[in-house]
Amino acid sequence: MSADSGSRDFWRGARSTPAMIIAIAPFGLLFGALAADNGFSVAEATLMSALVYGGASQIVGVELFGQHAAPWMIVLSIFIVNTRSILYSAAAGRLIAHWPSAQKALAFFLLVDLQYAEAEREAEQGRKLTLGWYLGLGLPIYLTWIAEAAVGAAFGRLVTDPHALGLDFLVPIYFLSLVMGFRRRTKWLPVVAASAVASILAYLAVGSPWHVSLGALAGILLAAALPLPRYVEPSRG
Amino acid sequence: MSTTLWIILAAAAVTYLARVLGHLVLSRFAYVPPRVQAGLDAVPAAVLTTLVAPAALSGGVPELAALLVTALVALRGGALVTFAAGAAVLIALRNLPG
Repeated sequence: MSADSGSRDFWRGARSTPAMIIAIAPFGLLFGALAADNGFSVAEATLMSALVYGGASQIVGVELFGQHAAPWMIVLSIFIVNTRSILYSAAAGRLIAHWPSAQKALAFFLLVDLQYAEAEREAEQGRKLTLGWYLGLGLPIYLTWIAEAAVGAAFGRLVTDPHALGLDFLVPIYFLSLVMGFRRRTKWLPVVAASAVASILAYLAVGSPWHVSLGALAGILLAAALPLPRYVEPSRG
Repeated sequence: MSTTLWIILAAAAVTYLARVLGHLVLSRFAYVPPRVQAGLDAVPAAVLTTLVAPAALSGGVPELAALLVTALVALRGGALVTFAAGAAVLIALRNLPG
């Protein structure tokens, strides 16, 4: 890849980011506000956004921190929320299989929901994924995500009535919109129903955050146990 | 180092682990059994649902109305519109006079 085409790819990726940055800004700010609300300093909130870079898991983490959950439970819950990244990693890994290992290692750090979805779209359009394009897309989103945590954490302390602004319940609304986004997957309804019932039962019987892993396990096992959709055997000539 | 800092560093490590793990494991297999694939396909909806359901259980009218509107708008709208609609219903109902 020449420097010229690398820079051209970078700007082609970067040009598509403003709309995405606007779309995720509320969550970056929300994370900062919730982090401050739950006892994180501005520096800690900013550092978490810079190092973890996973919105939903960061929000779950600071909420559990505020509820004085044990540190290992907080970390385990963050991992559990991020298990979806394992899927992204498996799928996106095939798109960038031709990259050198160091570039792949960097790419996986930036592999958030948006980045993954855009990478799949780029590949669908018949383009070979380049590091320039990938960073052009990923870096503006990553850098503004970090800045939003700082602004949100500083601003969050000025919000005197978080309940009236709905801050405490914006998270479930956000997660529900993500759940709905997966509704075209096979077995979506039974999976959601099983996980909803199991997580509520676990929440009542065992408590937080185990309702996440136990509830998720119910849906995953059900999906694995249900009759498989018609599966096309690869031809073995 | 403070507990908070340790939590952040461990969270960063496990998050990065999740982001490389799928590739590291899958790249060793030429073939993924369909039932494993089906289970993996269910992970996002299964996990995210568990983050909504208990909150819905303890919610009042504004919270349940907001979730209902979110689910309905999601059938048509994009992520941003869906979130804005749910948030608007929640904030409006919570701030009703009386």
